[in-house]
Amino acid sequence: MVTQITSFGRSGLYDWMVQRISAVVLSLYTIFLVGYLALNPDVTYEQWSGLFETTWVRIFSLLTLLSIGVHSWIGLWSISTDYIKATGVRFFFQSVCGLVMFVYVAWGIQVLWGL
Amino acid sequence: MLVSIYRYNPEVDDAPYMKDYQIDLPVGKDLMVLDVLQLLKETDSSISYRRSCREGVCGSDGMNMNGKNGLACITPVSAAAKDDKLILRPLPGLPVVRDLVVDMGQFYKQYEKIRPYLINESPAPAIERLQSPEEREKLDGLYECILCACCSTACPSFWWNPDKFVGPSGLLQAYRFLIDSRDTATQERLSDLDDPFSVFRCHGIMNCVNVCPKGLNPTKAIGNIRSMLLQRAT
Repeated sequence: MVTQITSFGRSGLYDWMVQRISAVVLSLYTIFLVGYLALNPDVTYEQWSGLFETTWVRIFSLLTLLSIGVHSWIGLWSISTDYIKATGVRFFFQSVCGLVMFVYVAWGIQVLWGL
Repeated sequence: MLVSIYRYNPEVDDAPYMKDYQIDLPVGKDLMVLDVLQLLKETDSSISYRRSCREGVCGSDGMNMNGKNGLACITPVSAAAKDDKLILRPLPGLPVVRDLVVDMGQFYKQYEKIRPYLINESPAPAIERLQSPEEREKLDGLYECILCACCSTACPSFWWNPDKFVGPSGLLQAYRFLIDSRDTATQERLSDLDDPFSVFRCHGIMNCVNVCPKGLNPTKAIGNIRSMLLQRAT
């Protein structure tokens, strides 16, 4: 048993499950957006902003945003523990990734709910 | 035929190098790679490799032949060589002791970690612990592993974290004891594996399945361990 304090859920099983569920959410959201654009090729600004004013789209988008955050955290954490062997550099990389993801999520919420 | 062999003697060489040998193989006969090595050893006795049973049972002569891990004794030259050239290297990822001989310490350490023996606290019966034919059948495809390390040394996750990731061979064995009806330490065994490295560093690329000389499927065993962990936790 390897104890890890920098992984997302500290349990391999938990991280694995979150990674898969977030992947499903990201796939569904991609299908939704691509599908919407395919069905409405001449989408106007009013239509687009109207879409994002509906509550369910906002909830779906927020879920996707959080999924991007955790999915990339778990993925990049794995990559860093594979390839970066120096502890200091690895911790720095993980910290930067964490900060960037937090900024993206906070910024995304502002964009999404500030329309 | 041209045979290119990885040579390294740490007492003499500063760095490993590839040495080429020209050899005439008998016509109309498909030798095994191990036979070729033995023929070469007659002319250059300094070539080092491990071998024992020469029939794919002991697992001593695992090596990398033209880029693919396998047992030299049961791999025909015709299957390994490309363009009439045979390239032999030690198993990747493990420290080289000399030429094709690697230090298997890290590999065995992972095997030891999964406690590869039956754990059963109940008093031992007079003769043996019985299993039904169905219970015994569950061990098929698991018990046959000969610990040659071909799979684990073909796995990038094992290359990067040989001290933390158990590796396909160890996990195949772990599942062999998890699924054994006579073992009572299932919960403790599962708890030992529920971290981000031991099992979950497997990304299912199936290099292990591709190279296993015994035709076993560690990826499937790892999937079964995941299912057991998932069932226990949900």
